[in-house]
Amino acid sequence: MRRTVFPHKLLPWLLLAPQLAITLIFFYWPAGQAFRQSLLREDAFGLKSTFVGLANFRKVLGDPNYLNSVRVTVVFSVLVALCAMAVALFLAVQAEKIVRGKGFYRTLMIWPYAVAPAIAGMLWLFMFNPSFGTLAWPLRQLGIRWNPLLDGEQAMALVVAAATWKQISYNFLFFVAGLQAIPRSLLEAAAIDGASRRHAFWTIAFPLLAPTTFFLLVVNTVYALFDTFGIIHAVTGGGPGKATETLVYKVYNDGFVNLIMGDSAAQSVILMLIVIALTAFQFRFIERRVHYG
Amino acid sequence: MAEPSPLAVRGAGRLVAHFWMILGVIVVAFPVYYVFVASTHSVQTILRPPLPLLPGPEAARNYSDAFSGGISRIGGVSLWRLLANTTLVALGIAIGKIAISMASAYAIVFFRFPLRMACFWLIFITLMLPVEVRIQPTYKVMVDLGLIDTYPGLILPLIASATATLLFRQFFMTIPDELLEAARVDGAGPWRFFKDILWPLSLTNVAAIFVIQFIYGWTQYLWPLLVTNSNEMNTIVIALKKMISFADADTPWNLVMVTSVLAILPPILVVVLMQRWFVKGLVETEK
Repeated sequence: MRRTVFPHKLLPWLLLAPQLAITLIFFYWPAGQAFRQSLLREDAFGLKSTFVGLANFRKVLGDPNYLNSVRVTVVFSVLVALCAMAVALFLAVQAEKIVRGKGFYRTLMIWPYAVAPAIAGMLWLFMFNPSFGTLAWPLRQLGIRWNPLLDGEQAMALVVAAATWKQISYNFLFFVAGLQAIPRSLLEAAAIDGASRRHAFWTIAFPLLAPTTFFLLVVNTVYALFDTFGIIHAVTGGGPGKATETLVYKVYNDGFVNLIMGDSAAQSVILMLIVIALTAFQFRFIERRVHYG
Repeated sequence: MAEPSPLAVRGAGRLVAHFWMILGVIVVAFPVYYVFVASTHSVQTILRPPLPLLPGPEAARNYSDAFSGGISRIGGVSLWRLLANTTLVALGIAIGKIAISMASAYAIVFFRFPLRMACFWLIFITLMLPVEVRIQPTYKVMVDLGLIDTYPGLILPLIASATATLLFRQFFMTIPDELLEAARVDGAGPWRFFKDILWPLSLTNVAAIFVIQFIYGWTQYLWPLLVTNSNEMNTIVIALKKMISFADADTPWNLVMVTSVLAILPPILVVVLMQRWFVKGLVETEK
């Protein structure tokens, strides 16, 4: 607790005013509206709305399309988080094994962080475009009937690849930092005891990376849930069929394209609950991270 | 990276590690390189796979055509305008975020006033309300305030950030009490203390947050998609998506590729050139 402070009474409010104003207008008011709308149903002409309690939630949760989109989101998020973290950890370990050239590799490795998700999606679609994509061509030669615009599983594979590619940079930087924070003495002691490198990695380094891994697990899940909207929108538009329609994409689609307000609002509220749970989870692990740190 | 890591290996092991790193770097950097290559070939070459792996002879023509009206023909807005819009939005978001979150962190850390912690929590909770979960009602607020197709509409809703406020608060709390006492003994008010002491100490943090938020602003997608209708107000990412979604057999792919390169290059340059602050800021302070 700080002992010395400035005595002004009005000044702090002036300093806080811009942030509070923006927060209230663009965060709290719309979030409140989402809650309110989720409990209302508009008539066919959008003129009158009536209070329907939790009916919108019941409708959404009983809708096979919504359940499909839950399934799509789970598959997509798990694949993206696992692939992006596994590849990044592997590369981070390789980077720690070498002495010269680390900076060079890192510089090239961080590029995708700066690429917009939607553009990442377009790049991958360009490379794997069924009509003239250079990398689609060898797949065709191998006898694979490659057409992500028609085949749901291939579409999923393509968006997972693009989303994973973009997230590797971020995970790589954190795993490198995590590996560097491991006390030298522990690994040196293991070496003196004659432990093999593989053994030392899995029994010492990997467990000590747990805080980083958990942190990244949450960040990657949030990323896969929310930040990948651009990839889905630019590459598949949720299709083919509804094979890549994630929860966020569905909120957008129902609210803006299909204009079903009550449903869209109920879905927004469900998403809010997911974010709150993830944030709470994340802060628990932040506390732990400090201990290891 | 001064001393070798305890995980460092010798001999063949190191060569194997280099092999994997090179493979990783190729996979990671290839898509970006490949778009650059595509932007230097003619449409006919792009449409006839496989595309050569080396830059072609059409670079000068593609780029000058794109800048001198080629993009206006297909997208209804000039490439210059798109770059200016995106730069303005990215800078507006980065600078705006730094300004308002520094101001509020300063108020919360260096002053005592009623409801101080309530204000802190009010800001903190916005972490849990990303745009994606309140798309429709936020859009309605924008319509009511007449902010559709305006720069404030593109920038303002994105500059309130709990993360940046938390970071500055955390950093300000590490400033020793003695420093503030000494400044006050010397008769420094809040402005003097901020300008002469706090700001110079915060520069590294400011640089790190600037890079992270510039990238965040440059790569925005959902929000510009919602609040811009007119082509003139598009950011380059949205314009690119529009060009491709109108794609038919006669999409000028060479010009689309030039636009992609220009949409990707500025943020990559920012990250690479400010790498030192960016990596430190990201790893040490984020979340």
